[in-house]
Formats: sequence, structure tokens, C-alpha cells
Amino acid sequence: MPKMKIDGIEIEVPAGITVLQACELAGVEIPRFCYHERLSIAGNCRMCLVEQEKAPKPIASCAMPVAEGMVIKTDTPMVRKARNGVMEFLLINHPLDCPICDQGGECDLQDQAMAFGFDRSRYHENKRAVPDKELGPLVKTSMNRCIHCTRCIRFATEVAGVEELGATGRGESMEVTTYVQHTLTTELSGNIVDLCPVGALTSKPYAYEARSWELRKTESVDVLDALGSNIRVDTRGAVVMRVLPRLNDDVNEEWIGDKTRHAVDGLRYQRLDQPYVRKGGKLVPASWDEAFTTVVDKLKGVDGKKIAAIVGDLCDAESMVALKDLMAALGSPNIDCRQDGAKLEAGVRGGYIFNPGIRGIDQADAILLLGTNPRWESPVLNARLRKRYLTGRCAFASIGPSVDLTYPVERLGAGPATLRELADGKLGFFEKLKAAKNPMIIVGMGALTRDDGAAVLALARELAEKINAVREDWNGFAVLHTAAARVGGLDLGLVPGEGGRDVAGILTGAQNKEIDVVYLLGADEIDVQQLGKAFVIYQGHHGDRGAHRADVILPGAAYTEKPGTYVNMEGRVQLGLRATFPPGEAREDWAIIRALSERLGKTLPYDTLDQVRSRLVATNKVFAALDQQAPGAWGPFGQAGATNDAAFASPITNYYMTCPISRASRTMAECMASRQQLLAAE
Amino acid sequence: MLADKDRIFQNLYGIHDWRLAGARARGIWDNTKAILDRGQDAIIDEMKKSGLRGRGGAGFPTGLKWSFMPKEVKDRPHYLVVNADESEPGTCKDRDILRHDPHTLIEGCLIASFAMRAHAAYIYVRGEFYNEAQHLKAAVQEAYEAGLIGKNACGSGWDFDLYVHRGAGAYICGEETALLESLEGKKGMPRLKPPFPAGAGLYGCPTTVNNVESIAVAPTILRRGASWFTSFGRPNNAGTKLFCISGHVNKPCNVEEAMSIPLRELIEKHAGGVRGGWDNLLAVIPGGASVPVLPKDICDTVLMDFDALREQKSGLGTAAVIVMDKSTDIVKAIARLSYFYKHESCGQCTPCREGTGWMWRVMERMVTGDARIEEIDALEDVTKQVEGHTICALGDAAAWPIQGLIRHFRPEMERRIRARTQKLAAE
Repeated sequence: MPKMKIDGIEIEVPAGITVLQACELAGVEIPRFCYHERLSIAGNCRMCLVEQEKAPKPIASCAMPVAEGMVIKTDTPMVRKARNGVMEFLLINHPLDCPICDQGGECDLQDQAMAFGFDRSRYHENKRAVPDKELGPLVKTSMNRCIHCTRCIRFATEVAGVEELGATGRGESMEVTTYVQHTLTTELSGNIVDLCPVGALTSKPYAYEARSWELRKTESVDVLDALGSNIRVDTRGAVVMRVLPRLNDDVNEEWIGDKTRHAVDGLRYQRLDQPYVRKGGKLVPASWDEAFTTVVDKLKGVDGKKIAAIVGDLCDAESMVALKDLMAALGSPNIDCRQDGAKLEAGVRGGYIFNPGIRGIDQADAILLLGTNPRWESPVLNARLRKRYLTGRCAFASIGPSVDLTYPVERLGAGPATLRELADGKLGFFEKLKAAKNPMIIVGMGALTRDDGAAVLALARELAEKINAVREDWNGFAVLHTAAARVGGLDLGLVPGEGGRDVAGILTGAQNKEIDVVYLLGADEIDVQQLGKAFVIYQGHHGDRGAHRADVILPGAAYTEKPGTYVNMEGRVQLGLRATFPPGEAREDWAIIRALSERLGKTLPYDTLDQVRSRLVATNKVFAALDQQAPGAWGPFGQAGATNDAAFASPITNYYMTCPISRASRTMAECMASRQQLLAAE
Repeated sequence: MLADKDRIFQNLYGIHDWRLAGARARGIWDNTKAILDRGQDAIIDEMKKSGLRGRGGAGFPTGLKWSFMPKEVKDRPHYLVVNADESEPGTCKDRDILRHDPHTLIEGCLIASFAMRAHAAYIYVRGEFYNEAQHLKAAVQEAYEAGLIGKNACGSGWDFDLYVHRGAGAYICGEETALLESLEGKKGMPRLKPPFPAGAGLYGCPTTVNNVESIAVAPTILRRGASWFTSFGRPNNAGTKLFCISGHVNKPCNVEEAMSIPLRELIEKHAGGVRGGWDNLLAVIPGGASVPVLPKDICDTVLMDFDALREQKSGLGTAAVIVMDKSTDIVKAIARLSYFYKHESCGQCTPCREGTGWMWRVMERMVTGDARIEEIDALEDVTKQVEGHTICALGDAAAWPIQGLIRHFRPEMERRIRARTQKLAAE
């Protein structure tokens, strides 16, 4: 622990950090443009220059490691002169178009120019002009504003793992570009907009939409994949203008995927803003009263066994527990939250969560990917895997689809047969897993949503136990979910009760007329054609597949429009806050179910959100603690049995469209089109 | 004047055979094994005692630099990299070593590598030096064939491989860390220091980067002894040095001379004097494009060594003496240098990327006087804002010539501005 002195403050700092970090520890702020905690050090902006005693020149604090007895001064004439000089240089070729720049109000250059800039220019020459670049439908460029900090280049190269951005030219002629000018082929491209300290890279869908100071900022949680990325929802009036990442080192660090960020325009289209009732084969607008009456009339006298409920991927825990309670009150055992048919069980928590936690990836030294394409199923998690790869201390292998994950993976095979061989120790990678201190098996939905999913699950458990991946101090069994509601649903036990039917059973039952009424809570990823002649109640926020088939539509709230509890794939309970109100007549989902229960004469015992949340805790203790992660209890799960030979395939074939929100999003449609164009060109 | 017997580079002018046979006749490769047998520490000690300062421009003591290398080879191999990316305007000394006396360099590479426990060395040759690289490659081949390098080099038991790599012609690749980047196949952009190359250089391994001349003189120093070398020049500025004299002299030339020779003597003895006589001298850039210009009154007496020129706020640099007589448009000359630095700035760090262009544009206006008097001060201020704030020394190199101009020729700049203003007023 070197001792040093910063602006007269004596401080002991951890060895190996940089002077800039030490200054921050001492509470001294250092201006910077190119430095970023999560990227390699470039040291090129020279804004962070500080004075080191006995050094002839100012030093770049972002790049200088601390040393014992260092004396740093950050507020001397020399430092001020250096910073003013750098600021002047940055501004001479930077267009002063702040009034029409989307970065205005949240621009590092603007802010720091207030502190270090002059009030007039000494530069009487012409400013540099740089052609704008084409980076696809998400990133808008205005390259005149570029200050060449290379954050975007470093992000693309290091974090996203696509070496597509670089600088051409030299000196003044240096330009940041993809050279061939195509859409960045990464699912994380939106993050370079956040990283850009100026307005050179801005969000294309958000261009000229709003000013940062007009926006109301609400902290929330993303539901478009199962990672539970921490996000900030920026709204103006009733409209969600954009989504930005929040910092959470345990989950998403400070990145989010493009879908998380840019699918939000889908919240404006295809919305269910009032109840509908099917009359004469056509859905017609109705009042809440009318809709409820229709449901009550239909359910009157129907045997509980003939009622079923399927819960979708975006549901909050509150609505799920309410629906569970309602179904129980109606005497129905037919409820399922696994609309993709994943053969996960609700009992043993260790069997369905990402036990090591996202942070566990940073400790893993051998990772097996089983039937998953993390790049599409959770791009931020994939970036974390890549980060681990870059340390060189982790071996990767996969059984499943052959995909480019941005890091090399030894592909062992495609299907369960390979898994069997591996579990029997017949493949070389078995020894690597066994020798590893912290081995990890990431099981994707591609391995579990099959007919033989239960057998594959059992086999994966067998392997995990054989390689000693499940111990007191480490549980390397990790289920990679694709649905944000899934772990919460399993925690709440939204699986068929005694003699109940699962999703497949419900669908066959509906066709055989053994099921009369199906309640879809935001369930759109099932084949609605198979619902037969059943009476379908659809509660949700988008006019998607489920709503098209519905007989009664109860308009609910999207994730930005309700306070909700979500459990991410690692079993972390997180709260999302309400950013806007649901449109029109739409209401919060738990409240709809609560109101319906009263009309059915089975009033659920909660009237407020707090009471529902108490109910959550009563149902499962994990809901009592927010933002905690621990491995789940271990026990037998899965069902040993025969497997078939079909190859594992990722459940996601199109990253940009996986849920009602992203399917309604025009931006996502553009992304898809641009990606397809790129593929066609290849 | 340096006696012929004391010249290290006996074939500087290419009048003798540059190949191995010729080199051997001049004493190169003479019992190199004996030198190696002295052991690493003894060699480095002798180099330290010789007081040799790096010949690439910065003048860092070579022996000391060698001693920074780890004393033991651990998990990473050591490398010697020779900087033959000679691009400093006015400088052409390494070029003559490469084409006329390549074996001095190759022998030096072996000895230096041995001293620093490196089994491999790279010579990074400027891209434009095609013929020079051909000579060098041929010489390396000869040395391999004669068993002077390669396995068991010179019978010393030391394995040594030497590679010649041609650059692509960027001035910045002469900066040692940019050179390493380029050698690794990346864009030639200087690295942040620390870590210094001796800790993490080529491929992250301990590396020393030396100038061609620094390496090429090492064998002779070791043969003739440090005291022989220190007998030339003033203390702390020891040895002989190649001077490149160009510009308005009667006989531009490369010449090896003792350090601390008076500038006037150097020009008059070896370059045939200034065109039109010494009194026709306007100014001299004493050490390559990047050092500040000196006006005639300083040139009258100044000695050509690191310290004397430092005292005059200039520098020895690469000892490329650029002589300008009174016919020179001095402002335009410096503006041309500014253009050079603007063109060669790598663009990585802000002050240099933005500052070099700014300085050049203002300089272009200064040439015609299209400016205001205050802009001279602003220009000087800009040079100060670039100087010392950049990753590598190119920023300094771009700033110094302009500072030198303003220091010594400000009246001329002001005169032009006034003349133009008056002319415009008259119209």
C-alpha cells in the first residue's frame, strides 16, 4: 500500500492503481476524456495532466502508476495551464454547434469547457471538416465533433470483441471509422454512444427527440432478456424517450444490449389501451365492467380443472403471484410460467438459476456452454464471458450451435450424445473441467426446451457433480435464461400443481376440449393456433399473438409503467420503478387480477402493492432481500432418461425480435433489416 | 581536426569495399570473441566509462541505458532493437553507415545484444532506404555465413539472430515505442511511458532501442578502450560523432569529427565554408529539424556538443547541421518544418494533433505577414501548450523550431506584418 500525497492530503492507496484513481480516492476530481474505468488506458486526450513533484513535465495521471512517496499536485499554475491548453486544442477543431447537438446538456466537453475553456477563440483558421460515417440504424455520427479519444474503438475491440472500428489517417487527418462503412456487427453497439464524451456518436433513433434536461429519470430493471440489466428510463411526459444503463458491477457493469436500449420505441406502438371483447368473431372495444362481466359469465360454473393459465416472459412477480392465487382460488392446478416448454422444475432452486452469479464468471477457469448462444441470449453476459477470456485464465468449450461468440470456443459437439461422452469422461475437456478450480456449466434454453430436456438437465447435473462444480464454496451450475420472468415464476411456483397441466398439456387440452378457459398473462411466445376453441383471456400490453387470439383483452402495463419486482437469471431480486403511466384504460397487472378476483367472488387478500409484496415474501423468502445473489439449494432435479440425437439449437433465431415490445419496435426492425443486408452482402 | 586513425567509420564515403572482406580489412570483426569473453558486466561498465551518449538525438548515456535491462533473463526473452528509421530532416548519417559500413552495425548488434542478454535483435530500417536495406541484408547474410552471428556467434557460445525489418516510411516510427508498435505490426503510435521498453518493450519483453550510430561505435570503443573515446570532446560530451552538414555550404557532407568542435570550424574545415563567406551566414539549425535555430552571432562561437548547445537553448539532436545564408527566407524555412511536423504527427494525442496544424497555419500567415503582432505571442503560447504535454517528443520537436524562430528572428516577423499592413493601408 504505497503512501502518497495529493494536494497536501496524505493517503494510502492500493498498489497498482493509477494516479488518477488515487486522486479520486483522495476526493480530487481529475478531468478526463479518453480515460474510462472499463477500457484499456489510452492516455491520448492529455486532459488529466497533473504535476508530480520532481518531474520536469506534467504527467498523464490516467496512465501513471502510483509509487511510494509520490507527491501529486492537481491545482498549480502548471496544471491549470496544461489543462487550459488541452481544452483549447480540443475546441479549435470542434464545431461549436452545441445548440443543435444531441449531446448538449450531457456533454463532457461542454461541461469541462465551462471549467477550463477560454471565453473566446484565438484560432483564426478554418475548422477541420470530417465526413460523417455510416454505422447503421442505431449510431448517428457527426464526425466533425470527434475529439479522437478512441473510447469507441477500444470498446468495440475490447468489450464487444468486434474489430470493426479503427482510426485511419495520421495527425489532423485521423478519422475514426469502420473503413468499409457498415453497421457494427455487435449487439452492444449502443454503448459507444454512452461512451462518446462528445456528440460525435449519438443515438440515431433518439436524434433531435429531446434534451437531457427535459427528461425525467427513473431507475428500473430491464426485462427484454433475463440478465436484469439495471437501466435508467428517461421519459418526457408519458413517453419513454430512451433507456440508458445504470452501473451495477454484479450484473451489467455499465453496458446494455441494443435491444434493451433501443426496443423501447415498441412501447409506443401496438399498445392495448382499453379492454376488448370478442363479439361476432371480432374484437370490439369494451369497458372494464363489460370485459370483467364477460369473463365472470364465462367462468361461472366451469370446473377448475378446465381452467388454465400461461404466464409470459415479461411479467413482474406481483402479477404472477396474484394470478397464482387466483388460479388456486378457482381450483385450477393448470398454471405454467415456462411458455417455451423448458423442462425446469420449481423445487430445487439450484437447478434453475445461474448459481455462480454473473460475477462468478470472473472467477471461472473452465466454462462449458451447453445449448446456448449467449451472444444473442444475453449479449452483456457474453461480453462478461469475453472479458474472462481476455484474462487468459479460462478455457471455453461448447456443445451446441456453432456461432461466433467474439472469443474462441472449443466446439465439442452439437447434441446430447456429446454431453453423454463428456459426462462419461471420454472427452479431453472433461479433465480440464475437473482440474479447474471453479468450473462452470452454462446450460441454455436450447438444451432444455426439447422433449428430452429433463434428461439433458439430469445429465448436466450429473456432469456438474462429477467435475466437482457444486461445492460448499462454489456452485458452477448456471442456467442461462432467456425470459425475464422465468426465475421469478419458478420461485413463486408457477408450475402445474397436483394433476395439473403444463404448457404443452394446456394446449393439447384446449384442442381436446378438456380445457375451456385459458388465461394468458402476457404469454405471446406460444403457438396460439393450438388454443383450439378455448375461451382465451389475454392480459398484456401489446396487441401481439396472444391478443389476436383472445376473446377478452385486459390491457395491462409494460415494464416501464408499473413498479415491479423481477428476479434475474442468477436469482437476484430487483425492483423496477414506474417511469410513466400505462396508456389509456390500461392498468397495473396485479391490480387487474385483484379486481377480477373480486368480481369472481374470490377476492384476493391484498389491496395495496405493499400487501402483494408481503405475499411474495410469504410465498418465497428470496423476495425478502433485494439485490442479493447466492447459489440456490442443491438437490436432485432433472429426470435421467433417453436423449435423442437432435442438435441443440439456440431458442433465439433473431436477437432483435424476441418479445411483443421488440416486435413492435421500428428500430428493431431496422436493425434486423440492416443485419440481413450485411449477411446478404457476405 | 580528428586524425584519420581515430575515425571509427573508415568507409563513411563508400570508397572502399562495404562487404565483409572489406570490413575485415578495416578491423571490423577482429577477434570479436575476445570482447564477448570479457562478460556482460565488463562490457556495460566499459560503455558507461566511455561516456557515449545516445546518437539518436536525445543524448541519453548508452551504457546506462544498457544497464537498465534486467540482469537475468526470466520468463521473457530480451531484445535489442536498432532504430534505423532515420527521418529527421537534415540527417543522413545512419544511411551512410547502413550502405557503406554495415558490418560496424552488425558487430555492434552482436556485442550489445550479448551485453544485454538478448539472443535476437531487430534492425528497423526506414522504408525509403531500399538500397541501404539491401546492403544491410547482404551484410547480415555474409555475417551468418561466416559464423559471425547465428548459432555460436564468433565462436563465443552465444546464439544470436539478427533480423532486418523495413518500415513504411513514417517519421513517427523513429520514436522508440512507435517503432516497437510498428515492428509488432500495429499502427505506429507511441506508447505511454512508463512502462519503459527496458521493462516491457517489444512484445512486452525487456527491450532496448538504440540508434544505429550508438550501436555501430560500440565495438571500436570496446577495442580501443573507454579512455581513448573520452579523449575526444569535453567532459560529459565524449567521443567522436558523425556530423551531417547541409544547406548553404560549399561542400555539403557527412563527416566524423570529435565532439565539442566549434561549429564554425566544422563548417569551414569540412564543408568548404558558408556560401559567400562566413559573414553571409544567417542562421544554423545545429541538430536536425527539431532543434531551435541559432543566429549567426551564436554560431560564431558555439561548440558542437550536447551541453554547449543546450546552454544556447538549442540542442545537438542528431548533429545534422543545416546552414542557411542570408538569401534564406527564414520564416518560410521554419514554416516548412512546421508543415513537416503537422504532416507527420500521428494524431494520437490532442496537443500534437491539433497544435501542429494550428502552428503550421499561423506560420504560413507569418511568412506573408498576414497576421497581427499579438499573434506572434499567441503562436509562442501555443508552442508552449504543445511542448511537454504530449505522449512522445514529436510535440516538442514541432514546438522548438518555432520557439527558436521567435526567440531570434522576432524583428523579422514583425517587419513582415508591418510591411503588409502598410501596404494594405496604402492601397
